[in-house]
Amino acid sequence: MYSSRYGLWAAALAVYAFLYLPLAIVVAYSFNDSRLNAEWVGFTWHWYQVLLHDEDMLIAAGNSLLIALVSSLISTVLGTLAGIAIYRYDFKLLNFLVMAPVAMPEILLGVSLLLFYIQVLNLTLGMLSVLLAHIVFSIGFVAIVVRAGLAALDVSIFEAARDLGASPWQTFRHVTYPLILPCMIAGGLMAFTLSIDDFVVTFFTAGVGVQTLPLHIYSMIKTSVTPEVNAVSTLLMLLTLALILAAARFAPDMLKGKY
Amino acid sequence: MAQLEIKNVTRRFGDFVALDNVSLNIEAGEFFTLLGPSGCGKTTLLRMIAGFDMPDAGQILLDGKDLADIPPEKRPIHTVFQSYALFPHLTVAQNITFSLRMARNALSEVNARLQQSLDQMRLAGQADKYPHELSGGQKQRVALARALINRPRLLLLDESLAALDAKLREEVQVELINLQRDIGITFVFVTHAQTEALALSHRIAVLNHGRLEQVDEPSKLYGFPGNRFVADFIGHINQLEAQVLESVHSHLHLSVAGLGDIIAPPLPGAIPGQRGVFSIRPEQVRIGMHNELAELKNHFSGTIQSVLYQGDVSVYRVGLADGVTVEALLPNSAPGRAQLFEAGDTVKVGWRHDAGMLFHD
Amino acid sequence: MTKPYNSEARLGKYLVGGPPFLFLLLMFAAPAVITVIASLSYPGEFGGLAPLVARDPGTLHGVTLETYRFFFSDFIYIEIFLKSVLMASATTLFCLSLAYPLALLIARSPKKRRDRLVLLVILPFASNFLIRIYAWMIVLGPQSALSRLINGILSLFGLAPVHLLFSSFAVLIALVYVHLPFMVLPLYTNLEKHDPSLLDAAQDLGANAWQRFWRVTFPLSLPGVFAGTALVFIPALGMFAIPEILGGTGDMLIGNLIKEQFLVTRDWPFGATLSIMLTIAVLMIAWLTAKLGARRYV
Repeated sequence: MYSSRYGLWAAALAVYAFLYLPLAIVVAYSFNDSRLNAEWVGFTWHWYQVLLHDEDMLIAAGNSLLIALVSSLISTVLGTLAGIAIYRYDFKLLNFLVMAPVAMPEILLGVSLLLFYIQVLNLTLGMLSVLLAHIVFSIGFVAIVVRAGLAALDVSIFEAARDLGASPWQTFRHVTYPLILPCMIAGGLMAFTLSIDDFVVTFFTAGVGVQTLPLHIYSMIKTSVTPEVNAVSTLLMLLTLALILAAARFAPDMLKGKY
Repeated sequence: MAQLEIKNVTRRFGDFVALDNVSLNIEAGEFFTLLGPSGCGKTTLLRMIAGFDMPDAGQILLDGKDLADIPPEKRPIHTVFQSYALFPHLTVAQNITFSLRMARNALSEVNARLQQSLDQMRLAGQADKYPHELSGGQKQRVALARALINRPRLLLLDESLAALDAKLREEVQVELINLQRDIGITFVFVTHAQTEALALSHRIAVLNHGRLEQVDEPSKLYGFPGNRFVADFIGHINQLEAQVLESVHSHLHLSVAGLGDIIAPPLPGAIPGQRGVFSIRPEQVRIGMHNELAELKNHFSGTIQSVLYQGDVSVYRVGLADGVTVEALLPNSAPGRAQLFEAGDTVKVGWRHDAGMLFHD
Repeated sequence: MTKPYNSEARLGKYLVGGPPFLFLLLMFAAPAVITVIASLSYPGEFGGLAPLVARDPGTLHGVTLETYRFFFSDFIYIEIFLKSVLMASATTLFCLSLAYPLALLIARSPKKRRDRLVLLVILPFASNFLIRIYAWMIVLGPQSALSRLINGILSLFGLAPVHLLFSSFAVLIALVYVHLPFMVLPLYTNLEKHDPSLLDAAQDLGANAWQRFWRVTFPLSLPGVFAGTALVFIPALGMFAIPEILGGTGDMLIGNLIKEQFLVTRDWPFGATLSIMLTIAVLMIAWLTAKLGARRYV
């Protein structure tokens, strides 16, 4: 009984090491005074200075932030509406439309949007095409969180509000909205991280019109690997870590695997 | 030699003493009950017998053999769990034969015993159902069948009737008594419900705060509780502050607040001046309108304060002098004196001189 | 939930659900339909699609099953499909064997510790997808400690050194790495709900530790196993970035093939056909795992 527990711990520790060691190496080499990611030579801030003067990188980062900000705001609104409609009105078709982009391989969403933009909308690929694509897959995540938040509430509070004379709008404004606000914020933060991280869908919908941070990192990895990639990776990890912890504050259950 | 011997068993969880030097002997073929309020240590003791917990000190012996080094799966002891713990992914038949299959019995043997068990437990026709398709009573019978199929030396039942509704519980009690008598396996039953314990058991051990209070047959436990806790825990009892005035071999002479002097059954070792509590069961207290209780040595005047009508019986709370109250329980259908009283009635209360008992402090 | 009044329900449903519904109809459903149409078209002269209705009669136009015929006529495409399925299966299997002990440990930890252990699984998954792949470029690179260690051992036995990076091995390890949390979470959610008294009951009835796991814990966890399988298998099947970055020339999967058709060869009808094939495979996997993972008991 106890020996099997030690066996479990050993296996689990090995898995945690597998998860963290590669990332730790990336972070460590971002401070390494060597062009090669091979051996520790000495400590330096050099790669972060290089990063600060890399104009392409900064432009890409700016684009990513802008797209993430706008797409997370819009998908929070649309996702919240979708979550409510699915939960309150059992809108089955909407549920399918919301969940499908989340469940399918990203490449399928990417190429179908590419086809749609070029063949139907005749849209020049760029900021707008990426933005719309990000909203498509973000809506689902917000909707999931909001619906789960609604499901956790006691139904009778809505009935109580109606019973006390509140109109549907007043019920939403004074009861539903304040109660699901934390879920909306958590969902919005998730949408933000998903957008700023997205590579696959962006890869197909950006064309040559716009460069985002993941696209820029991809081209760096494909061409010349320098520890500058490590430096930008480290900064990006810090940012997502902060966002995850913030999301956890608003919807702690989300991180317990409950949704 | 008793079949199961529990010798000076102590178990602590941090500062909390779950069991404090408990010793018990359980005889073969007995229906034995561990009774006590929640947190008294009865479940801890049961888990130790099953092997899920170990004593910090003391021994548990089965047929004279120490169980300390035998893991639960090797003990010839099975448990009927409180939640029944039926395997949800297995059918009734697969649940019942689980132990036989773990021991790799031949298939023909497994099937023969399964048939026998299904018939005995009235589960024929349910064999291929899953637990969630069964009623509460059926689940309970599956749990019993599963635990009994390879004829353990001892069957442990952990609050096994608690999940059933009141009506079904009574039926199952009768079935359980019959089953135990038929198969002759020793049952150790854990419960906090004293009526269940009184109805089912050959003997009952009352536990409180990890200590053994009394071990006795149900009628002795109820009629002659060994101490105040047992008297109060088993059934209802009136408790009145009292002082010994005189102690002779035939009776006690007591002074009771609000009642004055009364006569009570003798208590060896009682000495005049000693303080204690005079206890008497509500059904031993009689109520009359006029002087029909005058022949009783203990009789007093009072006023009915409240009536709790329960159908077959009514419970009357009678106020005596000095704010003292006693409860009396009267059947509503007693021939000849089917007189009901109402709140506010002035009445006489009384009891026989050999009823009740004194517990000194 | 109680049923809302009819008029209010219909109004509310479309008032609230309307905006996201219309958006997704336009931005998800319509592109999906276009993909089907594209797969039935001829390629355009300069990439893209030929028009369905001809502008002048000399050019290719109209509806055709040509791309589907092409897909099945050349074994190389089916082979890549099979290889992708094999790779996704291997990824799922490795994820399962790594995730199971971890999920079991978390589920059996004291309640207070569980959330922290789960968070530790999610955190690395929050770092950028490309960074997680890039990390393996460093770990598996020719000058990395791991490479030197392995090749050192190999040379002791007189064997030729191996390249870890740009190989199927690198692709597989990164696929496992990227998808591991998707297996841990559903497994943990399932295992956490198991009634511990079932294990006591099994032990009480004579089951040893091995029997308790295979007869009770594992069969009860099957819904979690299949949920995790769907969450790992489906994205792994459509992956193109990992083979692109960590794979060698022979490690092309369906995802890379699709990308080639859209961005390099610019044969969009065939790319769309491949997408449809991948969609069919994904739907089959989703259906299969849902069916196998359905609980026959409550």
